[in-house]
Amino acid sequence: MKRVYVNEEWCLGCHLCEYNCAFANSGITDMATALKGKPIYPRIHIEGNDKISYAVSCRHCTDPICVKSCIAGAISKTDGVVRIDKNKCVGCLTCVLVCPFGSLSPDESGVMQKCELCLQNTCGEPACVKGCPNRAIVYEERGEDE
Amino acid sequence: MKQYIIIGNGVAAAGCIEGIRSIDKDGKITVISEENHPVYCRPLISYYLENKTDPERMNYRSADFYDKMNCDVFYGKKVIRIDAYSKKIVLDDDTKLPYTEICVATGSSPFVPPIEGLDTVEKKFGFMTLDDTFALEKAIDKDSNVLIVGAGLIGLKCAEGLHDRVESITVCDLADRVLSSILDTDCATIVQRHLEANGIRFLLGDTAVRFDNNFAQMKSGKTVEFDTLVLAVGVRANTTLVKDIGGEVNRGILVNDRMETSLESIYAAGDCTEGNDISLGQKRVLALLPNAYMQGHTAGVNMAGGNEVFGKAIPMNSIGFFDLHIMTAGTYVGEMYEEKSDSTLKRLFTKDGLLKGFILIGKTERAGIYTSLIRERTPLDTIDFDTMKKIATSIAFSPENRRKKFGSVV
Repeated sequence: MKRVYVNEEWCLGCHLCEYNCAFANSGITDMATALKGKPIYPRIHIEGNDKISYAVSCRHCTDPICVKSCIAGAISKTDGVVRIDKNKCVGCLTCVLVCPFGSLSPDESGVMQKCELCLQNTCGEPACVKGCPNRAIVYEERGEDE
Repeated sequence: MKQYIIIGNGVAAAGCIEGIRSIDKDGKITVISEENHPVYCRPLISYYLENKTDPERMNYRSADFYDKMNCDVFYGKKVIRIDAYSKKIVLDDDTKLPYTEICVATGSSPFVPPIEGLDTVEKKFGFMTLDDTFALEKAIDKDSNVLIVGAGLIGLKCAEGLHDRVESITVCDLADRVLSSILDTDCATIVQRHLEANGIRFLLGDTAVRFDNNFAQMKSGKTVEFDTLVLAVGVRANTTLVKDIGGEVNRGILVNDRMETSLESIYAAGDCTEGNDISLGQKRVLALLPNAYMQGHTAGVNMAGGNEVFGKAIPMNSIGFFDLHIMTAGTYVGEMYEEKSDSTLKRLFTKDGLLKGFILIGKTERAGIYTSLIRERTPLDTIDFDTMKKIATSIAFSPENRRKKFGSVV
């Protein structure tokens, strides 16, 4: 299946992916209304140092430890996509404790959210990839699946 | 065709069912459940009291789970004996069921200390199960004065759950600090202060030695008046079924990394077991939901003839009280690295070139990177640990390692 991958040598560290992610998942059609003057809670974030930067989001692992560890049974994997049922999540952060990539963070209300590849929002494909000005984030098939 | 019996219906059992079905679609699976509920999220009972969830959402799996997994569930039944010679289990109604493989996932039970006069207390509760929670909920109102015996994870989560629903909460514990099983003194003090600021009262290094109706006589000589008592002193692994037929048992049922007990065709998983803690290098009871699932899954795969090893178990907890998050993992040995601020604390413990454990209070972003260093036993000289100790980030890994993590299927 297709996943999001990063080419860190091409990342400019511009953080546009974070804004595109927050907008795509806001449910609001106008970007200014969705984001202007508000703190954003994207499901992708930039890490790095003064030399290198790259975007971190859910890896949709072959054997996701977050799914096995969720104390609320809120995280599941269907058709290769790791999803969270925000209605079941109680915000205990156990998924943050176990994710080896540091991919998860809570939304503004303390409920967990995660990259679900924009498959169920209006974008329909990862907004971070679509808006990346330097193709440092790509959405493609790489290697064998489970 | 194989005939799998799973004794217990908690998260370890759910893991076992899913593990079996990942290999064997046809074998007969029978689950024996003492509780009259489909598998639910035990650690969510305090969130239920806080109205942050409800019984529907507390279900661990969807309503059609057992059907989809093609399982029979016997509700309200208890296994009284495993007959290893005839390969049958015997239920409390004398039903006998044959097995080819068993997974013992019996969990743990609250330990009730033999305190004088406990029988004179009218309203007393445990805080382990959904039914305990419903009973407690029924007994309290906004004027209730609650005494909780035990300042561990269960007692404190109960206190938080009851906070907005009762008049007062006092927590006592013989230990000199809160959460003594996962926090050292300094960290426990921070958490205790935070709980006190939210109105929870503590009597530490002190416990009830005698009850007389609504009064607790404390070891210190103090008297505490209450109307509702919650006993959260500790839990004991339910090991009897295995012990009775000569299986190796310590504080829990001893299992190897394949979740095999010392008895043929009998596996065990979850809070009833004692397995390897790789951060300690010894066996230990690891009564944690993630481990229960992973052990159950491993047991299931192996019961079905597959080959799965769960060799990365460590203690780990993510727990919050009144918006203060605490994460702990591993074992607190070796050298300590510390960062402190008014509202946060980080302690990392390293030994033999490995991260062995950590305590994080207040600031927990990307803590899973630290957890994975412990679980994977990553040699710290292969990463930029000076950067890593300050901030949990994958920039501290080598570019090749990072390319694997973020540029390939993982």
